[in-house]
Amino acid sequence: MTERTGPLVELRDVKVHFPIKSGVLIDRTVGYVYAVDGVSLSINKGETYGLVGESGCGKSTLGRGLLRLVEPTAGEIVFDGTDIRSLKGETMRRARRRMQMIFQDPLSSLDPRQSVESLLVEGLRAHGLAGDKAATAKKLREALAAVGLPASALSKYPHEFSGGQRQRIGIARALVLDPDLIVADEPVSALDVSIQAQVLNLLEDLQNERGLTYLIIAHDLAVVRHIADTVGVMYLGGLVEEASSDDLYREPMHPYTRALMSAVPVPDPVTEDRRERILLAGDLPSPSNPPAGCRFHTRCPWAQPTRCAEERPALREVLSGHRVACHYAEDIAAGRIRPHEVEPELVRPDEGAAPGDPGELIPTP
Amino acid sequence: MSDPITRPGVAAPRDGADPTGTGERPASATERGIGRLGDRKKARLDELARASADKGGVSLVRDAFRRLRRNPVAMFGAAIVAVFILVAIFAPLLAPHDPAQRFDELTKNLTVDSIPGASSGFPLGSDPLGRDFLSRLIYGSRQTLFVGVLATLIGLALGVLIGAVAGAFGGWIDNILMRFTDVMLALPALLLAISLVAMASKSSQWTVILAVAIVNVPIFARLLRGSMLAQRESDHVLAARALGVKQRSIVLRHMLPNAMTAVIVQATLTLSTAILEAASLSFLGLGDPDINRAEWGLMLGVDGVRYFEVRPELAYYPALAIIVVALGFTLLGEGMREAIDPKNRR
Amino acid sequence: MSLLDVRDLSVVFQRRGERPFTAVDKVSFSVEPGQTVGLVGESGCGKSVTSLAIMGLLPRRGNKVTGEVFFDGADLLQLRPDDMRDRRGRDIGMIFQDPLSSLNPVVPIGVQVAEVLERHRGMDRKAALKEARELLDAVGIPDPTRRLKEYPHQISGGMRQRALIAIALACKPRLLIADEPTTALDVTIQAQILTLLKQLVDETGTALIMITHDLGVVAGLCDTVNVLYGGKVVERAARHELFARPRHPYTRGLLDSVPRLDAPRGERLHAIRGSVADNIPWAEGCAFAPRCDNVVDACLEGTPPLEPTATGGDLRCNNPVSEEVAVP
Repeated sequence: MTERTGPLVELRDVKVHFPIKSGVLIDRTVGYVYAVDGVSLSINKGETYGLVGESGCGKSTLGRGLLRLVEPTAGEIVFDGTDIRSLKGETMRRARRRMQMIFQDPLSSLDPRQSVESLLVEGLRAHGLAGDKAATAKKLREALAAVGLPASALSKYPHEFSGGQRQRIGIARALVLDPDLIVADEPVSALDVSIQAQVLNLLEDLQNERGLTYLIIAHDLAVVRHIADTVGVMYLGGLVEEASSDDLYREPMHPYTRALMSAVPVPDPVTEDRRERILLAGDLPSPSNPPAGCRFHTRCPWAQPTRCAEERPALREVLSGHRVACHYAEDIAAGRIRPHEVEPELVRPDEGAAPGDPGELIPTP
Repeated sequence: MSDPITRPGVAAPRDGADPTGTGERPASATERGIGRLGDRKKARLDELARASADKGGVSLVRDAFRRLRRNPVAMFGAAIVAVFILVAIFAPLLAPHDPAQRFDELTKNLTVDSIPGASSGFPLGSDPLGRDFLSRLIYGSRQTLFVGVLATLIGLALGVLIGAVAGAFGGWIDNILMRFTDVMLALPALLLAISLVAMASKSSQWTVILAVAIVNVPIFARLLRGSMLAQRESDHVLAARALGVKQRSIVLRHMLPNAMTAVIVQATLTLSTAILEAASLSFLGLGDPDINRAEWGLMLGVDGVRYFEVRPELAYYPALAIIVVALGFTLLGEGMREAIDPKNRR
Repeated sequence: MSLLDVRDLSVVFQRRGERPFTAVDKVSFSVEPGQTVGLVGESGCGKSVTSLAIMGLLPRRGNKVTGEVFFDGADLLQLRPDDMRDRRGRDIGMIFQDPLSSLNPVVPIGVQVAEVLERHRGMDRKAALKEARELLDAVGIPDPTRRLKEYPHQISGGMRQRALIAIALACKPRLLIADEPTTALDVTIQAQILTLLKQLVDETGTALIMITHDLGVVAGLCDTVNVLYGGKVVERAARHELFARPRHPYTRGLLDSVPRLDAPRGERLHAIRGSVADNIPWAEGCAFAPRCDNVVDACLEGTPPLEPTATGGDLRCNNPVSEEVAVP
């Protein structure tokens, strides 16, 4: 594995609130969608941080906010020592070279009118790295080779490739700029199962070769557990638990993580028949009107009277390297509190749509 | 782990296939698998793979064009349009006579309640002023094409300008421009054109062209602005921003070209409505006052209506010509829309 | 006798100016009463088309359906459209992937459930609404009396899928076809829906055809699993048998390439190389051959037959994965 030295990225109390506008002629702000509401985390150099959560939890918005593709409302984003929220216009644009993004839908994230060559050159040109023709051509070929595509792909167009190959083009586009950080937003969820494995392996290989730092955002806990060193679990705009991948799997401490983990189907009938599911009642509350106190208390089988509904738990280190945002994490772990029935609360979807956070893409059968 | 590409040829069955798959398995497994196949079989596998592979490097436009050519309805429309354009270009060669010349053979039989029909040398007979009707019909295509194309182009240019500015800048610029187009859209197109022509002190063919163009400006502007906004939200524009591409390049290289497709298709459809609108204006007597200029709308509106009882062909033929040409452009435009629609892509 | 017996079902799509495409290629399988059968495969394997063909829901133009689909002794493909419409909903219910587009957006949910009851069970509106309330309650929709009057956009995705299940179950069908019913839903909601389906199958004795790309969903639910590749069944086995001893290299490859929650971290995934674009036509050999590690000469000499295995399943492979190898 790559050597690990200090954090490359640090987020401190980052918030992304989207105004909800309404009005006939002049738009009035009538409320906010609290897509990301106070997230602090740090990603070490050469490490993979996996962000997991269900649709509407704000994980994609957090990824985009980190890259300032949506403007964070508050907080600090320190990338390699500089607060990138303080960067303006051209300096910010220059800084983008070092932090790249891979998208969920490989087709829609590639401009359909451009050949692979012009897609790849674009980034180089934007950062003034495309001066020498021969050197550029060499760079492009190397990037394609690194993602396992033949050089002949350069003259083709995105629609001529299969889903997996398109995702490779997207990865190559990020790679040509030789970035330090890659934010991958659901990099495999639009792909077929057999192709998912190819792309995940490729991401791992590239990290080992180039010492890349990843922030991988996914709804699939199994994918995140497979690829990430550290996993952060998000619920309704906040981080509820963060631990190393193995610790999190071995001992999930937040009730939401437990429920999430028990819900992931495992392709093994023996395990499936034995395992006990923690079924959550009801749906995710609207991020424009999150519950007071602990955001999960409306669905939490371990919720305790008064405190859970009144006080928002901070993310605190419960075990070494294992941060949990739950008042009763220790009591639940020790079995002092038992789960109880929860009456499902009805959630209105019309107020829950968070702009900038498109839900999960549905792979077509 | 192994580098995915350092084993060339092992399982790259064809150009453009996914050769990395090889790297995902331990090398031995793959080589064993392929090694089991005889050479003949390997060749057969390659051949099969090649058969299903396309040559590649086909851009969307060419792909769309290929689909367009396979659509018989669109090709029918294209044929009509082609014939129409050819007739317009070669009108002097095709027309048997000068369209403005009055012929004695025709004028001598001309009375208020009788207009001469077909006779030798004048296959469609005379118009109310003793000119050759067929020649006027043929020459009319020139005028119709000229007015239709020019009106559409002017409308397209202005509309694209407004739409692009609104879509690229957004904010209050967008607001002002769009409220302005909304006002224009709110007026019925023909009424707007009539008012515009009526406002001009002296009507000429240019007032008609300008009126028809202006009527189409808000349509193009709205359309372009809408699809620019959709492009702005699209993943590939977000990807370009994430790459650090300059805002100007994003607008010019990504948003505008992708948004233009819809506008180009609309322009083809607009050609047909522009022809109809120009014809309507002429029909209402707001068109070109030059009586010698042959124009279908004018022929239908003035002569056709006035002498309908006497000789209905004077109305039928120009009307038919307008309908067929408008249909041709509509079919072609619809075909283009279908061909470009991403849903039809494989 | 089987409840549903699909024999040599083929669907060929023929679009103007294009080569015909065989989406489903002589698929045969049967469903016993009360049994849960899985159709598993990746995009383009023909699993959804199979279900639409069984239901007679394919567009009339542009495709050719051949073969036989016996339901209760009658060939569904030979029924007149009217009779088939009667069967749908009454004898066979269906749940789709996208619950929002499968519900009528301008009709309250209660009425949508009640309409099915009125049509197929001849109830009057009042009785139907009462029954609808009970159905919504049965599928776990909270406060069903109020939900009856609400429109699909007013409730969440998970609740919509429940409403859809309620509609499918309204006439107590003997067969339920679920086409990727949880793909559009979040994991925790998926768990709710799968638990509900399992419970309904147990309680009502409905047979269920589960169509999915997710092996995890199959592992917890299906009695028998059919693995489809390129429009053909390549392997069929009982659930435990299939996951413990996958015989077809494709099945094995699928199982190996899924990241598993319970697998140790950092273990490399064994991906299947290439993509479905590399497939060769079945007439030429095994469609999977170009991606297969076990490929032998015979794989390029015509379609391998689907042959019964010693463990009671069926397998279409010339050189299967050896039985001793268990999945790690």
